[in-house]
Amino acid sequence: MTASDQILQQHGLTRDEYQRILEMLGREPTVTELGIFSVMWSEHCSYKSSRVHLRKLPTTGPRVLQGPGENAGAVDIGDGLAAVFKIESHNHPSFIEPYQGAATGVGGIIRDIFTMGARPIALLNSLRFGPLEDPLVRRTFSGVVRGIAGYGNSIGIPTVGGEIAFDESYTGNPLVNVFCLGIAKADEIIKAAASGAGNAVYYVGAKTGRDGIHGATMASAEFDEASAEKRPAVQVGDPFMEKLLLEACLEVMKTDTLVGIQDMGAAGLTCSTAEMGSRGGAGIAIDVSLVPQRETGMTPYEIMLSESQERMLLVVKQGREAEVERIFEKWDLHAVRIGEVTTDGRLLVKHHGDVVADIPARCLTDEAPVYQRPMAEPAYLAEARRLDLSSLGPPPPPADVFRRLLASPGIASKRWVYRQYDHMVRTNTLVVPGMGAGVVRVKETNRALALSTDGNARFVYLDPFQGAQLAVAEAARNVACAGGEPIGATNCLNFGNPERPEIMWQFGQAVEGISAACRALGIPITGGNVSLYNETDGRGVLPTPVLGVVGLVEDASKIARRAFAHDGDTIVLLGVGRGELGGSEYLKVIHGLVRGVPPVLDLPAEAALQRLLVAGIAAGLIRSAHDCAEGGVAVTLAECCFDTGLGATIDVPTIEAAAGAMAAVSTLFGESASRVIVSVEPSRAAELVRLAAGAGVPAAIVGRVGGDRIRVTIGRETALDESLADAERIWSEAIGAYFDRERAIA
Amino acid sequence: MKFAVVVFPGSNCDHDAYHAARHVLGQDAAFVWHKETSLGGADVVVLPGGFAHGDYLRTGAIARFSPIMREVQQFADRGGPVLGICNGFQVLLEAGLLPGAMLRNRSVKFQCEHVFVKVEQIDTPFTNACRPGQILRIPIAHGEGNYYAEPGVIERLEKNRQVIFRYTTADGAMMPEANPNGSAANIAGICNDARNVVGLMPHPERACELALGSADGYVVLESAVKAVTHGMFAAAR
Repeated sequence: MTASDQILQQHGLTRDEYQRILEMLGREPTVTELGIFSVMWSEHCSYKSSRVHLRKLPTTGPRVLQGPGENAGAVDIGDGLAAVFKIESHNHPSFIEPYQGAATGVGGIIRDIFTMGARPIALLNSLRFGPLEDPLVRRTFSGVVRGIAGYGNSIGIPTVGGEIAFDESYTGNPLVNVFCLGIAKADEIIKAAASGAGNAVYYVGAKTGRDGIHGATMASAEFDEASAEKRPAVQVGDPFMEKLLLEACLEVMKTDTLVGIQDMGAAGLTCSTAEMGSRGGAGIAIDVSLVPQRETGMTPYEIMLSESQERMLLVVKQGREAEVERIFEKWDLHAVRIGEVTTDGRLLVKHHGDVVADIPARCLTDEAPVYQRPMAEPAYLAEARRLDLSSLGPPPPPADVFRRLLASPGIASKRWVYRQYDHMVRTNTLVVPGMGAGVVRVKETNRALALSTDGNARFVYLDPFQGAQLAVAEAARNVACAGGEPIGATNCLNFGNPERPEIMWQFGQAVEGISAACRALGIPITGGNVSLYNETDGRGVLPTPVLGVVGLVEDASKIARRAFAHDGDTIVLLGVGRGELGGSEYLKVIHGLVRGVPPVLDLPAEAALQRLLVAGIAAGLIRSAHDCAEGGVAVTLAECCFDTGLGATIDVPTIEAAAGAMAAVSTLFGESASRVIVSVEPSRAAELVRLAAGAGVPAAIVGRVGGDRIRVTIGRETALDESLADAERIWSEAIGAYFDRERAIA
Repeated sequence: MKFAVVVFPGSNCDHDAYHAARHVLGQDAAFVWHKETSLGGADVVVLPGGFAHGDYLRTGAIARFSPIMREVQQFADRGGPVLGICNGFQVLLEAGLLPGAMLRNRSVKFQCEHVFVKVEQIDTPFTNACRPGQILRIPIAHGEGNYYAEPGVIERLEKNRQVIFRYTTADGAMMPEANPNGSAANIAGICNDARNVVGLMPHPERACELALGSADGYVVLESAVKAVTHGMFAAAR
């Protein structure tokens, strides 16, 4: 067929790309082929804008068992076991239909994990929304939370952590990034590659319907007013079906009947057949008329492009088909043979025996277009990075700032959210959500895994390179605060339209930053996801790289928690405050500004700090640890007091650089990096300070746990003296209040 | 002694019950697939939590028709100890082994959190190791745990001392604010007339080890071991 401009536009293909298709095929494509190319060459599947940059990430290390390129990455955690994990976005569907968009995001990442032969044991999610004052945002927020809960709770995988941030830029384009981790035997990881001519290709799971056709293309375009009409491109999830698939697939994987397995996520049958064939250097021939269908009259185009959820593609060893079919029958699932592996490296699609597509598989994967898109420093930067504190006028009293920050949804307790998530199922959760890193034990070993997803988009907006480095450092620091040695990471890169040079510049800088920080901290990136075109009506979201870091705790009985553990313990502040307010929660909440330069990050110092934390916690010296992030040392101290009823008093030195009217607020609420509040038994405080000195980590005994107030003095002068109970009430009730109010009005 | 943990399609606390029985209490335990027709000589049957059949139609409504439920019914009729936890409790209600029904939580949200329950009666196979009135801190994780029964049924449950667990404050006060889901009379768990079948919404199997935040649920499973080894419910096999 000769494609008109309109047809190409509908398929998200450029004229140049169409020309390449003609050259590759040596003829005009059939309509099914055009559909196949369109989804496989979409940004979502091909990473055509991001690939050249992603190559810079460090992906190797002594513990890496599987780097990028498979369904998920894997790292060695000892005892012959592997942690298999990845993070993925489901941003676009979650805006159009919050519940199903988020639910199917959870379903998709879980499939990626069990496809590798791993039993999923933990979920985390990083969410971004507009301000909760907006009723539409509240609808999106509660829908996304319910969707995550609805899917994760039903399938029985605990949601053990994550984070949520708010900014106007996410109002029309929320971010829903879901992280899943599973455990597999290190030598039994299963790959998604097809090989062995004549081996059967099986389809199993939900029937194929017309839902989600062009979901991948949707995720590769900006939003506009017409986006609400794209609802049919969002799929509907069925966690019960996925639970059956999960159990049945894990049972099949215990046998040695499989050659390879892949889930059908974005671009459905097209992507799974093309990628499995391409990875194994083989071809795949299928007849789509054999695919179980939910609706009548579906065309090969529709069957190949459907994104119906909860479907898997398996390649089974010859002669073992009956065994596989029997296991699926047990779970009331029907594995259907739809084709076989071939030797010619082509994706051959038939419909009732007639050929409807015949494409070399590598044209769809390795030979898909790769763009070196132009990059240019955005015009906003020079102005946004200028911060003149004296122009802000006298700051409000510290007590007012403190209360407003505690009530700010970015800082306030997220219990309203995680109470809706089953965070205890599977009885592994040692540290529940809302307390920094989530910690799960690994049964049948002494080990545990500390997991954290982080990313401060304001910092990235103000300096993509530095902000991305800070995201890596924060996620790693959070797992170290629980006692976990960071051993692997996955990233989800949420940016705007890559066809704009300034967005591409943000992206390129951020990848460089992640790369530099991961190298310095010795953390390999084993996979991840890129989500571009996060824009509504031409306005992009804050550039938002989210890092998910896995930390290994050697002794699960020795983990540190955020909250102070004992009355009378000594409080030690690790790291140095510089009073940095650039990009801070203080500036945003109090002055409505996203301005200045992000905090300085000294990577060797950060690495030393993290090593000290891991060693100090393993030795039983550090009894609690909490990273100083949004809201600075004052908010961090308060968070250490919450949930325990134990107050605290600390004294911090005056920061010389931050003199003048802003001295107190910058000392209390500045967000300098690489700082952690820890508590130790008083008799061992000196030991910790000595250990820190030896490790080159600045450490100061600053105060004591106890009482019913949160007190901070600066150079012995009282700067903050608040009731713990009042502070905790403000912090606990802030998010729920947005919804209670709504109910009262209704 | 041996625990049978029934696995329905969609059960997801089956591993938790198995782990608690086998690895924490050190007892024999086996999974029993819902299509099987034998409980494999088990001394105690656990219907675990989860979303059997996706909770589609109604919680527990489809699971009651599984082949294994005939065996569970007969085991219960012979006096064998049966424990339904969360979704397992919902299955017991649908199967008519226990009276009443579940409504959506008063909050109309799924809730996962620790709550306090008071052990109201200790003459059951799942509470005989408890102190009378003992307060247990154990988690709930459900969207439909709002126990409902006709007033006459509640009255009979109270009169026959069939209310086994009740939501209370930490000091055992039966206050409305201690009721997490709106259950009638703060009911968290009940037993049948013969007292050998017990259902409860909270998850004792999730609270058997201090590392998980509470070991208060241990006593519930320990009671079953005690009941069986002392021959209190020996007629079952």
